Amino acid sequence: MVSIRSIPSTPSSLTTGDLPWIIEHREDRCTLCGRCTAVCPVYAIRLTYMRQRMPRLVLSSSERGSSYRTFVGIRQKTEIANKCIGCGTCAMVCPNSAIKPVPNPMFDRFRFQSTVGGEPIKRGGRRNDPAPGLLDKIIFTRISMLTDPALDAGRHEFFLNTLLGRVLSPEEYIRRKTAGEWIPPVREIFPFIIGSMSFGALSPNMWLGLLQGVAYCNEVLGIPVVMATGEGGCPPWVLKSPFLKYIVLQIASGYFGWDEIIRAIPEMQCDPAAIEIKYGQGAKPGDGGLLMWFKVSKLIARLRGVPEGVDLPSPPVHQTLYSIEESVMKMIQTMSMAWNFRVPVYPKISGSNSAKSVLNNLVRNPYAGGLLIDGIDGGTGAAYNVSMDTMGHPIAANVRDCYLDLCAQGKQNEIPIFAAGGVGKTGNVTQNGMALIMLGASGVHMGKYIMQAAAGCLGSEQNRCNVCNIGICPKGITSQNPKLYRRLDPDQVAQRVAETFMAIRTEMKKIMAPLGRSQSLPIGMSDAIGIGDESAANRLNIKYIC
Amino acid sequence: MCRLALKTASEPFSPFTVLQAMEAMQEGYDGSGLGLLLRGLQFVDYSYKPSDPILSGIAHTEDALFRLHAFMQDRGFGLKYDHEFEVDFSKIEAKDRHKYILRVYNKPVAWASLSPEEIEYQMMLTRLALRKDGEDHGGDLTIFAFWPDVAMIKEVGWPLGVGEALKLDSHRIKSRICMAQGRQNTNWGINLYACHPFFIQGIATMTNGENTAFIPIKDWLTGKGFPAYIGYQSDSEVFAHILHYVVKQLKLPLQAYKHIITPLKSEELKAHPQGDFLLGLRDACRRLIIDGPNAVIGTLPDETCLLVMDAKKMRPATIGGKPGEWAIASEMCGVDAMIPDRDQSLDFQPMRQHTVIVPPDRQEFKIWSQFDQFPLPQAA
Repeated sequence: MVSIRSIPSTPSSLTTGDLPWIIEHREDRCTLCGRCTAVCPVYAIRLTYMRQRMPRLVLSSSERGSSYRTFVGIRQKTEIANKCIGCGTCAMVCPNSAIKPVPNPMFDRFRFQSTVGGEPIKRGGRRNDPAPGLLDKIIFTRISMLTDPALDAGRHEFFLNTLLGRVLSPEEYIRRKTAGEWIPPVREIFPFIIGSMSFGALSPNMWLGLLQGVAYCNEVLGIPVVMATGEGGCPPWVLKSPFLKYIVLQIASGYFGWDEIIRAIPEMQCDPAAIEIKYGQGAKPGDGGLLMWFKVSKLIARLRGVPEGVDLPSPPVHQTLYSIEESVMKMIQTMSMAWNFRVPVYPKISGSNSAKSVLNNLVRNPYAGGLLIDGIDGGTGAAYNVSMDTMGHPIAANVRDCYLDLCAQGKQNEIPIFAAGGVGKTGNVTQNGMALIMLGASGVHMGKYIMQAAAGCLGSEQNRCNVCNIGICPKGITSQNPKLYRRLDPDQVAQRVAETFMAIRTEMKKIMAPLGRSQSLPIGMSDAIGIGDESAANRLNIKYIC
Repeated sequence: MCRLALKTASEPFSPFTVLQAMEAMQEGYDGSGLGLLLRGLQFVDYSYKPSDPILSGIAHTEDALFRLHAFMQDRGFGLKYDHEFEVDFSKIEAKDRHKYILRVYNKPVAWASLSPEEIEYQMMLTRLALRKDGEDHGGDLTIFAFWPDVAMIKEVGWPLGVGEALKLDSHRIKSRICMAQGRQNTNWGINLYACHPFFIQGIATMTNGENTAFIPIKDWLTGKGFPAYIGYQSDSEVFAHILHYVVKQLKLPLQAYKHIITPLKSEELKAHPQGDFLLGLRDACRRLIIDGPNAVIGTLPDETCLLVMDAKKMRPATIGGKPGEWAIASEMCGVDAMIPDRDQSLDFQPMRQHTVIVPPDRQEFKIWSQFDQFPLPQAA
């Protein structure tokens, strides 16, 4: 046996079989064109010279021996920094289907070495739990079969929109209207909302594509979709454009981008759809936003009013946060005042056991326009793995508790609850959204799903890709590197946005029609849903079905 | 689907004529319940003063009847008239009927100082207290209404059969309005409280079809905390409560009912003369939007009658008649049976935007469209 020192082994030495994704390369098909190595975002593969022994198998001992052939081939690197992320860009560019990443069927050892350098894993994406979530298990059981015939999803007229903004009680509405007093602003919007993704987290092409698609949905298809900016502002030309009315501007603890926004107010042609005050986000509760220096390009730096190439971590809390009551009250009023009380303002919080306390606070705040609760399965552009995988609260029970609490006070129409976090995680976006609506949500936000559907995001809950944080997105969705984001054609993204919302609209009708609902969004129609899990049914106060 | 018939006439008539109309629509119900509401009452053997409250219900046991008697006496109600139905119990399907109650009371002296609204509230609380008393005693007392000039009868069985069992064909009771519903038992159990019409503070409605938006509406009404927004043994009870909420709580004109249960679309409201007010009203009352398919027939304390449809307009409810006498039924054959000698070409089936209103003078019925100017000057 050879001495240990002669083997290049360190505690962090790994073999390809130790990595989460293993490159499967077929040398018989490879033409050595080099495309795969050129596109790999993490340089996980390299072209290398290799030597092969060619034994001469002859009877005569004097002629026996070996000759050696040198050839060029592709090998997977095993260094931590170059571990394959499974994105499959190599397979996408290979002309001969000679290469692809496959998930390691064994328990990979990489996870024990991921702390090299003293820094735990940071990544983008969602909680790495690929199993179907609870929302996927909810089915719609109240089928109209008696005196209320099922409706025709293709022919009937459906009212699918929801309300965003503070709605007064009927008594108070009539009193104020008669007295000529202020009526809080309310927006009629499509209940599936493109969730907060910042200009900075997303590439300019992705952002532009989303906005184009949203404008097309509104102006051509008649689907009043709105999109939220996330923290990081908005390009000045958008702020001064008529498209601003489709945009929910977010303010978070770093206040990034708000210089530009405030400066643009006098020149705005229309009001934004709403203002979202981010107190927390489901993917990384208790963390502020994080834009890593890789992504702080010249444009982003200008929009956010910061130097180029620096990390931009937002503080975990707003500096004004002495108490939630004070903060919510102050910020909601300040933001309302900025647009002369014409724009709904609502907070976004992480899913939490304490969501009900926040909600009850909002109920007593006459300016609060809603509450967005973001559950644990929400996505993010950058966070610590431990935050993403283990922190937060699943959305279903959180929304249900809050809704029932509002019902008990008779306020369920006054403060709309919006739900986010894992909507469409397994592709069932309409089913997930409608289940949440029937549990009591007025609408749902979806970010990751839109990236997947509209731009072909490769990320998955098997930890595929998930490198949004370091600006090397192989599809150009979350990169500020022009070489990467030029891969993404904004027109094609816009088309996919439109297609996605057309499909959601049709699926909503296909869900509502058999339930006999067409005249209003079935918010809180809990008699229509059931789940084959008794404890979940009890917890959500819906029917157990088997 | 249930069958509905309403007749309103300047001259009091026997409810049996309406039950005969129900017979014409017989294929539409299954005998799981009959409800009758009479307004503008006239008793053959009693000269009734229309301001005296009438208690309607069923005592299922002797004990319940005694308790009822004691309850009313304790609260200072003086019994003025006790209508004795000549009941043939052998024709009644249910076996736990002790006495059908139709009693006229004097209001307590203590109420003399109360405002009309307070009196209405007290009458409602009295009904609810009696209902609760029955529920607390195994359901031995069922109370349908306690209100001036309103009598209600509910029973399980076929309409004509129930009418015969209660000898309604003897014409001892007559009324200017009679609402009747033959029930098709759908998703709820056979329960007297599930029979239409539903009654709350003088307002009554009956409906056919199922209410698919029932749970969200019920949750919202329950959350209002109004003591009478309870029950909901039938999904149609919310229609009466919404009408009550609109007329009594919000104090809006009757036309607002249609704007609340089936609001116009945003683009339609933008072109409406009071679109701004109505859009806000739609948002504020969003949880009260019904989803049908339903025809809702209602009556108000001043003997106004109304008929509205859900927005999908899948029901064929019709109004027809002549000055002084109008009939509304869920099917045209019901109108035919109630007022055969009318000009059928003047019959009207409301569309999704219409509210048909028969005012108390009964000279003509009015068709009000949601696209018309809304009669609320201060909000316009």
